Amino acid sequence: MSVPGYWREQPQRYRYEANRCKSCGKVFFPPRRVCEPGCDPANLEPCKLSQTGKVLTYTIIHIGPTQFADEAPYAMAICEMDGGGRITAQLVDCPFDKIEVGMPVRIEFRKIQQDGHAGILMYGYKVVPG
Amino acid sequence: MRDVAVIGIGIQRWGELWERSLRDLWVEAALNAINDAGVDHVDSMYVGCMTPGLFVGQEHLGSLLADYLGITPVPATRVESACASGGMAMRAGFIEVASGLSDIVLVSGVEKMTDVDGGGATYALATAADGDYEVYNGVTFPGLYAMMARDYMRRFGLTREELAAVPVKSHANGVHNPHAQFQGAIKLETVINSVMVADPLTLMDCSPITDGAAAAILCPLDLAAKFSKGRPVVKVAGMGAATDSIALHSRGDFSTLNSTVIAAKRAYDMAKVGPEDIDFAEVHDCFSIAEIIVSEDLGFFEKGKGGKAAAAGETAIGGKKPINTSGGLKSKGHPVGATGIGQIHELVTQLRGEAGKRQVEGAKRGLAQNMGGSGGSSVVHILEVK
Repeated sequence: MSVPGYWREQPQRYRYEANRCKSCGKVFFPPRRVCEPGCDPANLEPCKLSQTGKVLTYTIIHIGPTQFADEAPYAMAICEMDGGGRITAQLVDCPFDKIEVGMPVRIEFRKIQQDGHAGILMYGYKVVPG
Repeated sequence: MRDVAVIGIGIQRWGELWERSLRDLWVEAALNAINDAGVDHVDSMYVGCMTPGLFVGQEHLGSLLADYLGITPVPATRVESACASGGMAMRAGFIEVASGLSDIVLVSGVEKMTDVDGGGATYALATAADGDYEVYNGVTFPGLYAMMARDYMRRFGLTREELAAVPVKSHANGVHNPHAQFQGAIKLETVINSVMVADPLTLMDCSPITDGAAAAILCPLDLAAKFSKGRPVVKVAGMGAATDSIALHSRGDFSTLNSTVIAAKRAYDMAKVGPEDIDFAEVHDCFSIAEIIVSEDLGFFEKGKGGKAAAAGETAIGGKKPINTSGGLKSKGHPVGATGIGQIHELVTQLRGEAGKRQVEGAKRGLAQNMGGSGGSSVVHILEVK
């Protein structure tokens, strides 16, 4: 991955920066410039994605992409964070048979990938049982 | 807007075609379509292809392929909408003929996927998902559809056996398709006991990596009779396309593909028909769960009933609503950019009554649904015998 490409996303991967529409209350992660057609961009205010939420659906990935192949099997979940905003993240520190839809989770800052042996280390969010 | 007809179709047997290049595959399919139509020229062409840059290190397919077909200087361009690229190329050609700009348009699709290894193919296909917010964190396409399957199974009580009935049915159809990558029947236990890819989906719930191309020739309906050679004239009665958020997590409901719902509504409205008027369909079964969800989103079955219908044989040839008579993506193969045109090939073959042992008796109207990513784009065409 390119260093600028990684660096650009740090506000979201390190600090969970999001925004919220003052009219409808919807939370966007990553932040958006537009809520919906006709919506005044001035209606969007910065906010932080809540670090607690719940699992909406999940899977156990047994055959992973090259960067994650050594980690398989691993769990991934779509989570709805408290107050709004959704993420797709690895669900770790939890036996697979204890994972269930609706379970509370919280975000932790973790290493996500690395670019070979000499490339950059890439960090971001995973979720753990909350 | 002018009415549009499909007057020619071309394909080859899909599979792991190590000895064939992208241009070689595509030219064969295009020539087959041109010969099938009996046209002496084309005015314009579109090629659907998802990512030739990542798969074979080649972009600028419009010029490359027009050159190798010997039809320069016709206008030619590539159309991309991930796995819906072929269907979107069909849409582009339809619009060009309907508008009156061109009379004879070649629409096509191609993907050459086996020049990269499994990791390379997974990477290339993953670019159809949200790179920074899905793929970065480790999700795969089987993983995304597995999360849909988990949601669907929990909410609607779909069983593992009902889910497995979809690939079993598709392979049974593929046995009779000479162009299918896999022409062998499989058992329910084979699907359930095959290698786990992304729980609950096993290897046999997933469409394969495939090389292949397909092409079709479109012209105004008014001109179609002179190319019919006594065969039924096939009209493009309806067309609809729609988008949805690229990230699965941004959708309101993981058990519905809203882009398919909207694309289908647009196609039904244009054709002035409803789901009950469709005799058979080719749908985008990239994973077994997709066929079930799509069969409901197209209006063939009530939400939550698609799996039961598949298990009861309602989607088999001879059933109430035959789906994926070609073998579908699962058995026929899924050369991503070619798939949408491959579906049109099957529709025309059925409507002409030339499908042999997989023929749907009395087929007069068929529907093709082609989709990109986890449903971020969908395109639906309805073809009927005029």
